[in-house]
Amino acid sequence: MRLLMGNEACVEGAIAAGMRFFAGYPITPSTEVAEWAALRLPEVGGKFIQMEDEIAGMAATIGGAIAGKKAMTATSGPGFSLKVENIGYAAMAEIPCVIINVMRSGPSTGLPTSPSQGDVMQARWGSHGDYPAIALAPSSVSEAYYVTIKAFNYAEKYRTPVIVLMDEIIGHLREGIELPEKLDMEIIDRKRPTCAPEDFKAYKVPEGEIVPPMPGFGEGYRYHITGLIHDETGFPTNSMEAAGKLCSHLMSKVEDNVKDLIEFELIDVTDCDVLVLTYGGTARTVSATKKLAEAAGIKMGIFRLITVWPFPEDELREIVAKHNIKHVLVAELNHGQIVREVDRALKGAAGVHHIGKINGDILYPKEVLQKLQEVKANG
Amino acid sequence: MADIMASNLIRQTFRTDKLPHIWCQGCGHGVLMRAAAQAILNVGFDPDKVCIVSGIGCSSRAPGYMNYNTLHTTHGRAIAFATGVKLAKPELHVIVMTGDGDAAAIGGNHFIHAARRNIGITTIVFNNSIYGMTGGQYSPTTPMYDTATTAPYGNIEQTFDLCKLADASGASYVARTTAYHVPQAIKIFEKALLNKGFSVVDAISGCPTYYGRKNKKGNAVQMMKWMKDNSIDFKTAEKMTADEIKDKIITGEYKNAPAPEYCEIYQKEVIDKVLKGDAI
Amino acid sequence: MHKELKLTGSGGQGLILAGVILADAALMDGKNAVQSQSYGPEARGGASKAEVIIATGEIDFIKVQNTDMLLCLTQTAYDRYAKDAAALLIVDADIELKYHKPEEVVQIPIIYTAQVTLKRPMVANIVALGAVNARMNLVSKESLKKSVLTRVPKGTEELNEKALELGYSL
Repeated sequence: MRLLMGNEACVEGAIAAGMRFFAGYPITPSTEVAEWAALRLPEVGGKFIQMEDEIAGMAATIGGAIAGKKAMTATSGPGFSLKVENIGYAAMAEIPCVIINVMRSGPSTGLPTSPSQGDVMQARWGSHGDYPAIALAPSSVSEAYYVTIKAFNYAEKYRTPVIVLMDEIIGHLREGIELPEKLDMEIIDRKRPTCAPEDFKAYKVPEGEIVPPMPGFGEGYRYHITGLIHDETGFPTNSMEAAGKLCSHLMSKVEDNVKDLIEFELIDVTDCDVLVLTYGGTARTVSATKKLAEAAGIKMGIFRLITVWPFPEDELREIVAKHNIKHVLVAELNHGQIVREVDRALKGAAGVHHIGKINGDILYPKEVLQKLQEVKANG
Repeated sequence: MADIMASNLIRQTFRTDKLPHIWCQGCGHGVLMRAAAQAILNVGFDPDKVCIVSGIGCSSRAPGYMNYNTLHTTHGRAIAFATGVKLAKPELHVIVMTGDGDAAAIGGNHFIHAARRNIGITTIVFNNSIYGMTGGQYSPTTPMYDTATTAPYGNIEQTFDLCKLADASGASYVARTTAYHVPQAIKIFEKALLNKGFSVVDAISGCPTYYGRKNKKGNAVQMMKWMKDNSIDFKTAEKMTADEIKDKIITGEYKNAPAPEYCEIYQKEVIDKVLKGDAI
Repeated sequence: MHKELKLTGSGGQGLILAGVILADAALMDGKNAVQSQSYGPEARGGASKAEVIIATGEIDFIKVQNTDMLLCLTQTAYDRYAKDAAALLIVDADIELKYHKPEEVVQIPIIYTAQVTLKRPMVANIVALGAVNARMNLVSKESLKKSVLTRVPKGTEELNEKALELGYSL
């Protein structure tokens, strides 16, 4: 058992997943991710570079992935805002990479050392244009480790950037973690092409596959990568047919595989008065509220998102219908972000309520309890 | 058609099915791209290990035509992407083809910091003193008082001297050439490619469409003639007064000072030492 | 067992490290522990607070709600944090009590011991750990000692061991 910070556990998970390249820029409260990567990567023959700015950190991460490495960067609010253009590039060019966003209080520079979950919608919609998002939110140090491994697996399998939506609560939390000697988890690596270089079409999806195989630069397949609309050869085109095909492919590779991507934890959802939907560090507050709720005579269920994007809308709807749940309370550290998604998913099937906070403090169990009591009293 | 007309050089280094290129008639970029291709061939790099990276703008379409590992990135970020590629796989010969706006304005920060690290990247700036792709706005290398669509009353900003900028930032090889001086351009590109650290070539190009025409510097031929008549080498320039070299293009090798390369230092001073257990 | 602790003082006194050492020792004892902190932009001089929760069961909520012990090493920290209720309040002997009578708190010469007895003010955090654990028996002495020795800078082990022992004796 080791005492590690959430930020450090992310790096340990990444290294276990095969991450061998990190490019980043210091920013509170994510800096320990970069520091730990700088310390640990050379020990496994990997490379770390501190770039001149946040944008370069994202760009170099994508460059490292293109050269054939599993690559990662880490940042927080202001830095994430700077990175989104290149996150869109990675989505368009289908470059696997992982971005750790340790959410802090915003907007703008905000409260750099205080927690928030205010970047959830930005993680989904940050860059311009239509592209899919995969984002995972750990609720413990130990989960930060496993979620980062999953983030790499998804990035490699779907050839897309994956965001680990940490928050300052978990990022700076130290708790015990058992780092496994041998990982009891599948590690997914991007597929390499097996055809002759002259037959290689860089963006042609082979029959039965989700994404095209991806050679690293220098492996004998000389191909072109661009952020422009491209056809299956990888070269730019103005063809609307090609544009439609590519953009649909980018969306459908994630939308058609939501079952593979979605993960959540359910606690006592059968026969509950109120279902509390939460994620990340706030889930710790919600867990602690459960005992208080029981003592107050409220049956409380928990729906904890591990995958935030894609959002498990069908699953939530089914659970609410199956257990005849009358009220869903969304607890998140923002002014109301995932609650919109819950509202959209439930389409009036249950009362949707929200408890959040935007003053830099976390939510306390007694505050969630009070809200539960209000919901129950008015329901 | 392209195949029939293709010279041996073009067949060996270009994706002939992607030609003709998109650049305007009389643009200097095609000449510079061809000179760069010749230099890559001359130095004998394994084409599978050559990686060409670009950002956004007219210059940045070059890699798409060239038959190597090619990466067309976001505006200004070519050098930052290239840094990732190079550090992740140092055996690659990484070349950045960029423009004056891409490298010196939006990407200026990456330009100076890659130079400071002396990372093994050869950066060729296709410098045509204008934003061509967006239709003729002033760039950091547009001469003062010239006009552009965003400087209708004349550009009141000082210009960047990219050689001085690269030198002061730590690049180990710095030179300037023009689209007119093709044999010199090939020679300089070769030396830039063979330098192990960060190399910068300020390659003066001409944009007759948006710069020459708008500034009464003439058509494509006249712009070439202007490059020919106004270029002097650095040695000659040293003996001339500031007034005499005003408006001249000073070409040739500005700096050739080999220095330890970033990826090699990282391997030797970080990875090897950590693995041997004798890191600081 | 479920104990919630706050260690407060000024930035630079090593209270976060003290929290980390305590949490680590708890893990060595087979207990659960979480450690978190709150701090402003200043690394030195500003008020600093480290929180540690040690429990035999699961720890859900990570912040201290019912303080079992509050340690204040500076006047600023006392002024800022000691207004809130704590089952046990341990303050440095030099602190002027504004909200308490002397019999309501435990006053210990922590800073004096580090500064004068050991002539090394930077080990006040370790002296404090010894003093706190002597009174609360949060973790075993062996684990605490081991944790101190693995977390302090190389070459300062002997000094820190002495600081811990002195802390126990205060």
